[in-house]
Amino acid sequence: MMTIQEKQAEIVADFAIYDDWMEKYEYIIELGKDLPLIDPAKKTSDRLIEGCQSQVWLDAAIVGDKIRFTADSDAIITKGIIGLLIRVFDNETPENIAKSDVHFIQEIGLQEHLSPTRSNGLASMVKKIKLLALSALS
Amino acid sequence: MGNLEKRKFSVREIRQDFPALRQQVYGKNLIYFDNGATSQKPQFVLDAINQYYSKDNANIHRGVHHLSQKATTEFEAARTTIQHYLNAAKKEEIIFTKGTTDGINLVASSFGELLSAGDEIIISAMEHHSNIVPWQLLCERKKTLLKVIPINQKGELDMLAYEALLSPKTKLVAVTHISNTLGTINPIDEIIQKAHHFGAKVLIDGAQSIQHTRIDVQELNCDFFVFSGHKVFGPTGIGVLYGKEALLNEMPPYQGGGDMIAKVTFEKTTYNELPFKFEAGTPHIAGGICLGKALAYFHQFDLKEIEKYERDLAEYAQDLLSTFEEVTIIGTAKEKTSVVSFHVNGIHPFDIGTLLDKQGIAVRTGHHCTQPLMDFYKIPGTIRASFAFYNTKEEIDTFIAAVDKSIMMLK
Ligand SMILES: Cc1ncc(COP(=O)(O)O)c(C=O)c1O
Repeated sequence: MMTIQEKQAEIVADFAIYDDWMEKYEYIIELGKDLPLIDPAKKTSDRLIEGCQSQVWLDAAIVGDKIRFTADSDAIITKGIIGLLIRVFDNETPENIAKSDVHFIQEIGLQEHLSPTRSNGLASMVKKIKLLALSALS
Repeated sequence: MGNLEKRKFSVREIRQDFPALRQQVYGKNLIYFDNGATSQKPQFVLDAINQYYSKDNANIHRGVHHLSQKATTEFEAARTTIQHYLNAAKKEEIIFTKGTTDGINLVASSFGELLSAGDEIIISAMEHHSNIVPWQLLCERKKTLLKVIPINQKGELDMLAYEALLSPKTKLVAVTHISNTLGTINPIDEIIQKAHHFGAKVLIDGAQSIQHTRIDVQELNCDFFVFSGHKVFGPTGIGVLYGKEALLNEMPPYQGGGDMIAKVTFEKTTYNELPFKFEAGTPHIAGGICLGKALAYFHQFDLKEIEKYERDLAEYAQDLLSTFEEVTIIGTAKEKTSVVSFHVNGIHPFDIGTLLDKQGIAVRTGHHCTQPLMDFYKIPGTIRASFAFYNTKEEIDTFIAAVDKSIMMLK
């Protein structure tokens, strides 16, 4: 199994083949469309991360010693980026998640989506994933 | 600002005046369609900012030295330019503020002091949050009541409902001249007349009208008119509150500090006269001077000609957008300015906005600080293209092709 570090490196490599912004986004949109839908019953307000532009729902469940994440958004590009974050963090131990450093977003040039002023819920989503991991540890 | 010979309107020449328009983003020529949020600045204003800070910088109203007097003269000259621009009766009626939001908060705070429990304030369903929240805060403080004029599906005020809301209890009507989200031009003449009939005062939010239409506060007979400098080709951080002199005199000061006092003792402080009573502390001197320059720049043109040009642009864009099966235009009032808001069925506005951005096109997506309006239309937000006199039909053609491409990618 790949480490969080290796998964990030793999995503960066995936994106390296696109040199045009629109191609990158075409790929993100595909990822968004492929992301399994969150169970509608789980789209509750306690799972909602409200953003000014788009909203994110995040559900976490502890299975064995790992955390499983599913998430959704009302905007497809946000959902595509969620797909990438899930690929990195899903099925990892709380310990690994807590000590990890998310740098791939920056490296593929999508940092604008994680800026707190963008307020699309993604920055809060990363924070929440970390907090969930930390609380599972304690 | 008499009847000087007007500069001939040529979009190609005007574009030369705005350096920000000559740049690329993501390798594409920038197309700036976010003028409702803020306008770009002409070189004339940029030069004035540079001149002020490099040569004329000094504090005003307090120095005996040459520079201070020069800065004071320029700042007060800007006030006169603004007075003439709005056709206010006196320059004392022009109060410098930080912007529209600040002007509305000033009125809510100071005029609000004159109100009592049970008094009513009327706003409309299409107000910007900055013309909602200050009144809600006032209502909490003073136990006054807020009433809202509803709108119809097209985004026009329901004027019959407005009349029904008016009563002797109405003390203030605060409405936007032009909706930033829908582009609707409200019948403010009629709104003002009807309010005055009941003895109510009227505040007009001119944030979206100052850069598109001629404003004559005496002809309108509004009691307050507020706008932001940055939306009319001037700097950020500066704006104007126009208020009728008698009313401003009646109101207590807003903030305390330097400049706003006549005499200070620990027993009793007396306040300075208008306009300084409402301008505590060192103002945004460069901002005030350069807002004067921005209005002088804009005043070279015949506003009627500009208004027509901008409306043609909006109509052109709206007609082309309407050819997309999935597109719904939000805001189809009969009287509309150069704002086109739309929604693409089944696609989130944020997605379209992101893809347009990557194609070099700046539009605004989201609720535009008008959440109650989005609730009314039951959508999360719109995509808004708002045009200025430096935009062109060629840019709209590129924009339409980009919208088409975005929809194809997102479907
Ligand atoms: C109609 C309207 N009112 C008020 C404002 C607030 O202006 P400012 O943020 O410059 O104070 C805006 C700006 O977007 C507006 O469009």
